[in-house]
Amino acid sequence: MIHFVILISRQGKVRLTKWYSPYQQKERSTVIRELSGLILSRGPKLCNFVEWKGYKVVYRRYASLYFCMCIDPDDNELEILEIIHHFVEILDRYFGSVCELDLIFNFHKAYYILDEILIAGELQESSKKAVARLIAAQDSLVETAKEEAGSISNMISQAI
Amino acid sequence: MAAASASSSSPSLIDTLFQRSLDDLIRVLRSSSSAALEAAAIARALDEIRREIRSPDLDTKVVALQKLTYLASLHHFDMSWAAFHALELLPSTSLPQPRAAYLAASLSFHPSSTDLLPLATHQLRKHLAPSPSNSPAVAAPALHLLALASSPDLARHLAPDLLPILSNQSSNPLRPKAVATALRVLAVCPDTAPVLFKPLVECLSLSSDPRAVSAAIGAFCELALAAPDPSPYLPLAPEFYRLLVDSRNNWVTIKVLKIFARLAPLEPRVAARIVDPVCQLLRRFTAKSLVFECIRTVFSSLLDHDAAVRLAVDKIKEFLASDDDPNLRYLGLQALNMLGPAHSWAVEDSREVVIQSLNDTDTNIRREALRLIMGMLCDSNVVDICNMLIKYAIKSDPEFANEILDEVLATCGRNVYELIVDFDWYVSLLGEMVRNPHFAKGDEIERQLVDVGLRVRDARPELIRVARNLLIDPALLGNPFLCKVLSAAAWVSGEYVEFSRNPLELVEALLQPRTNLLPPFVRAVYVQAVFKILAYSFISFIEQIQAGESLAIGNSLNQRGGKQEGSDLVAAKSSSDQNNAFEIGDGVATADKAILFDSIEKQETFKHESISCLLNLIETVVGPLSECGEVEVQERARNVLGLILIIRGTQFWNIEEGHELTRDNKITKMVELMESAFSEELGPVSTNAQKRVSVPEGLILNENLSELLDILGDDDINPCASVSFSLRNHHSTETNQDSATAIEPNSLLAEHRKRHGLYYLPMDKDKSESNDYPCANEPLLPVSHGEDTEDIVKLPAQSLIPEKAKPTKPRPVVIRLDEGDGVSSSNLSTAKESKDDMLSGAIRDVLLRNEKKPSSTHKTSSDRTSQRRENDGSENSELISQQKESNSFGDREHGKSSSRKSRHHHKERIESSGQNRDNEEKSHRHSAKSSHHHRRHKHRQRGDAPLDIVPQSPVIQDFLL
Repeated sequence: MIHFVILISRQGKVRLTKWYSPYQQKERSTVIRELSGLILSRGPKLCNFVEWKGYKVVYRRYASLYFCMCIDPDDNELEILEIIHHFVEILDRYFGSVCELDLIFNFHKAYYILDEILIAGELQESSKKAVARLIAAQDSLVETAKEEAGSISNMISQAI
Repeated sequence: MAAASASSSSPSLIDTLFQRSLDDLIRVLRSSSSAALEAAAIARALDEIRREIRSPDLDTKVVALQKLTYLASLHHFDMSWAAFHALELLPSTSLPQPRAAYLAASLSFHPSSTDLLPLATHQLRKHLAPSPSNSPAVAAPALHLLALASSPDLARHLAPDLLPILSNQSSNPLRPKAVATALRVLAVCPDTAPVLFKPLVECLSLSSDPRAVSAAIGAFCELALAAPDPSPYLPLAPEFYRLLVDSRNNWVTIKVLKIFARLAPLEPRVAARIVDPVCQLLRRFTAKSLVFECIRTVFSSLLDHDAAVRLAVDKIKEFLASDDDPNLRYLGLQALNMLGPAHSWAVEDSREVVIQSLNDTDTNIRREALRLIMGMLCDSNVVDICNMLIKYAIKSDPEFANEILDEVLATCGRNVYELIVDFDWYVSLLGEMVRNPHFAKGDEIERQLVDVGLRVRDARPELIRVARNLLIDPALLGNPFLCKVLSAAAWVSGEYVEFSRNPLELVEALLQPRTNLLPPFVRAVYVQAVFKILAYSFISFIEQIQAGESLAIGNSLNQRGGKQEGSDLVAAKSSSDQNNAFEIGDGVATADKAILFDSIEKQETFKHESISCLLNLIETVVGPLSECGEVEVQERARNVLGLILIIRGTQFWNIEEGHELTRDNKITKMVELMESAFSEELGPVSTNAQKRVSVPEGLILNENLSELLDILGDDDINPCASVSFSLRNHHSTETNQDSATAIEPNSLLAEHRKRHGLYYLPMDKDKSESNDYPCANEPLLPVSHGEDTEDIVKLPAQSLIPEKAKPTKPRPVVIRLDEGDGVSSSNLSTAKESKDDMLSGAIRDVLLRNEKKPSSTHKTSSDRTSQRRENDGSENSELISQQKESNSFGDREHGKSSSRKSRHHHKERIESSGQNRDNEEKSHRHSAKSSHHHRRHKHRQRGDAPLDIVPQSPVIQDFLL
C-alpha cells in the first residue's frame, strides 16, 4: 500500500502532499524534512529507491519536481514507478505539458486528479482516458454550479 | 488582541467583498523573497482566514477554507481548529463548496485526533446514498474521506451505506472507490466483515467491471499481506487463479502474484498449480515490474520448484547485467538476497557482478551487495569473505567502510559468534579493523573484545597479543574513535595478563606518555590494568622465590649457597646464560632500564631487578595522577601507589638474601590477599540476569523521580558521548590537569622514544605539538574507484560457496548463557497483530460460515451439478476452520475420531473430485456467488447457534482441481 505521496521541488519546496496512513501534522513535517534531505541529495543516474525507516520510498524526478511515494517493503517498486509515471502523464494531458507552476496555482485540481488515480493507497484507475473523462465531467459540473452561484450572488448583491 | 477578536467575531461586508482569493495568497507567498517575509505573509493570511472562515456567507467561507487547506498541506500549519468549518460546508447544495470541504477534511482530518467527524455521519450517509440528486462528484470525495479518516465507530455506522455502491453491477465509476474504502473500513473496524466481505468477493467475479476487479484484487492483496495468517483467503484461490491466467492487466497480475506468494506456503498444491503460469509469465512478458514480481513470488514461495527457480535466477542475471538501469541492478541484488544460503549457487553464478556492485556509484546498490554477501556467510567461508571485505573497506569511502565494518561485526557476532570457528583469526581480524583509516566503530569492537575474552577461554592468548599490539602503538592514542577500543584492550591486558609473554612490556605500553591524550574514563581503565599487572607480576615473583626456595632446600644447601636469589634457580632452567648477568643492584631508586628491557626482550621470568624497575616506572608515571582532577583516575592511581607502598614496606626490599624473604608473614599474607582479589574469573552476564533479581520488599520501582531533576542541574550532565575531533583542545586540558605527567623524567621519554622510534616525528616537533601525530595508519592507497574494481574482483579468488574440505581445528568452547540470552521478545507489534487477528478471524467467519452447510444436507444431497461444487467449497471451509480450531484448542480430544473422520473425508473428496472435473470452470465461477445468495439468512441463524466443533485432521481441499 502507498503510505503517502509527496511532490518536492528541487529547492526542497513542497508542492503536494497526500497521506494515506494516519500521520499527525508534526510527523508530517518531520517526514518531509527527512525525506527531502535523503532524496534531493542523491545524484542522477542512481537507482530510484531509498530505504527509510523500514519502508521504501520510490521517487522519480520530472524536470524540477521529485515525485515520491512511500510503500511497504514487500510492494513492487517498479510498479510504483509506473504509477508515478501514470500520474505524471495524466497531469500532462490535463494541463497540457504540465509544469511546476500549474501545480502551484491549481493545487486542488492536482489533488482531485490524484484522488481519481489513487484511493486509500491503492491504484484505482489505470486508464488515462477514463481519468481525463472523469475530471472533465467534474470540471464542467463545478463550472455550471459556479455560474449558477455567481448569478444568484449577483442577484442578492443587486438586491442589497 | 481585543480589537482582533472584536473584528473576528463579526466579519464585515468589506471582508467579504475584498476577500483575497487563493491565487492572491499564492502570489503573495511566491513574491515574498525571504523566509521572514514569507512567514509574515503567512501569519497575516492566517489572521484573515480566521476572520473570514466565520463569515455567514458560504462563498467567503469556502475561499477561506481553501486558503487554509493550501497552507496546511504545503506549509504544515495545523488546521484542526477549522475542522468544524469544513463540516459546516458539507451540506451545501452548490457543488464546489462540499468538494472543497471534503478536500480540506481528507487532507487534514486524523482518525485519532479529529473527534468532530461523527457530526458528519448523517451528511456522509446522504452523499453516499444512491439517488439521482447525488453526483459522483460528491460521493467520490465522501468515500475518500471515509477511507482516510474514519474512526471505528464511524466505520461501523457507515459500512451498510457502502453496500449499494459495492454491489452495483453496472460500470459505476464509484464502485472501485467503494471497494478501496471498504478495505480501509475493514482494517479500522473488523466487525464490519460480515457486511462488507461478501460484496467484495462478488467484485472478483467475471461479470464485474474490470475496474472493480482490479480494485477488489488490490483490496484482497492488502488484506492477505496484512493478515498474520492468510489461510482464511485460501477458499478464494480458484478466483485468484482464474485472474492469474486470464487477466491481461499487469497491475492486476502483480497483485494476484502477491496474494499467491502468501498463499502458496500454506498449501503445496496451490504452489504446484501456479508454477506453470508463473513460469509462462516469466518467459513471455517483458514488463519489468511483472517479471520482477514473478521472480519475487518464485523466490519467496516456490523455492521447491527447481525449474522455476532456475528461470528466475536467469532473469535476475539479466537484471544484474543491465548497466544502464541502476533500478534493475538494485532490485536484482535485493531479489538474490531473498534466496538465502540454501541457494548460494545462484549468488555464486553472478559472483563477479555482486562483488563489482560493492564498488557501484550508488550507495544503495553497494549496501545491497554487502547485505547479500553477508547473507551468504557460513562457518566455512567466513574467514575468506571477511578478510576480503576488511581489505576492501580500507579502500572504500569512509561511510561505506564503516558500513562494511558494521556488517562484519554484526554478522560475526550474531548469536554469540555462531559462525566463528577460529577465534584466533577473529580476534586478529578485530585488531585489523581498528587499523582502518576511517574506523569509527569503537563501541562495538570494545564490546566484542571484552565479550570474546569472557566467553572464549582459548582465544585469550591471541586476544592479549592483539591487545598488546594496539596498546603499544602510540599513533593510535590520538584518535578519539579508538579510545573505546584501547580501553577494551587495556582491560584485556589487565585481566588476562597471565597469558602475556611479557607483562612488563604491557605496563610500559600502558604508561607511555601519550596516554594523557586519552579521556579520563579510559585512563582509569589503563591505571586499573597497571594495577592488575603489577599485582600479577609481584605474585608470580614471590611464587618463583617460594618455588626456588623449596627447590633449593630439596637440593640441599651445597649447590649454590646463598649467592643467588631463588628466582634464578628457576630461571636458570630456561636460560642458563642469565645466571651470571644477574647481580643485585644496590641503587634501587636509580633503576637501570637496560636490565629491565634486557629481561623483557629475553622473555624470562621475573627478577628482583625487573620488579623494582617496574615499581619505579609505575611510581613515576602514576604518581602525578594521584592529584588528577578526575576522581576515577585519581582513586585508581592511589590504589596503585598504595600497593607499591605496601610492597616497599615489606622486608623484601631491605633484605637482599632471598631465603628470608618468604618467611616474612606479611608478604605471604599480601600475596594471598592479592591472589584472592584477582583470581576469580569474570564471566559473561546474561541479558536476562536483571530480570531474575527479585524486587526487594518495600522498593517501589515506578516511583516518580521527577523531583530529582531539581537536584540534578543541567551542568551535572557531561555530554561526553559526542565525538569530535578536537584533539588540540582535549590535549591542552589534559596537560593542565596533570601537568606533572608532562615533566616526566627525560630518561623515560628518551627510553620510550628509543623503543618506539618509528612512531615518533622528528625530535622537537614531538615535544611542542604532539597533536600533530600521524593519524593512525595513514591510508596506504588513495581511494580511487577506477582501478579498485579490478582489485576487488581479484580479491575473492575464493568462492562464496562454502568449501567442503576444511581441515580446521575444533571450535573452542564458547560460553553461552541461557537460550533466552539476547532474545528479547518485542511487544511492539502485538497490538497491531491482535487487530489483524480480529480481522482475519472475522473474515474467516464470513467466508467459511457462508459456504458451510449443515453436514446432514450435503451428505444427503442428490443434486450433483452445482451443489457438488458447493459442498466441496463448504467442506474446504469446514476443514480449514476446524483445522484452525483444532490448532488453537490443541489436540486435546478425539485423537482417534479425528483420524477416522479425515479418512472418511478424504474418500468423499476423491469421489467428488471425479464428479467435478467436467463442470469445474462453470461451477468455479458461480459457486461463491450462488452460495452467498442462497444462504444469506441461513448463516445469520447459525451465527446465533453455538458452533459444534468436530476436530478434524488438517486436510485441505484441492481448490484448484
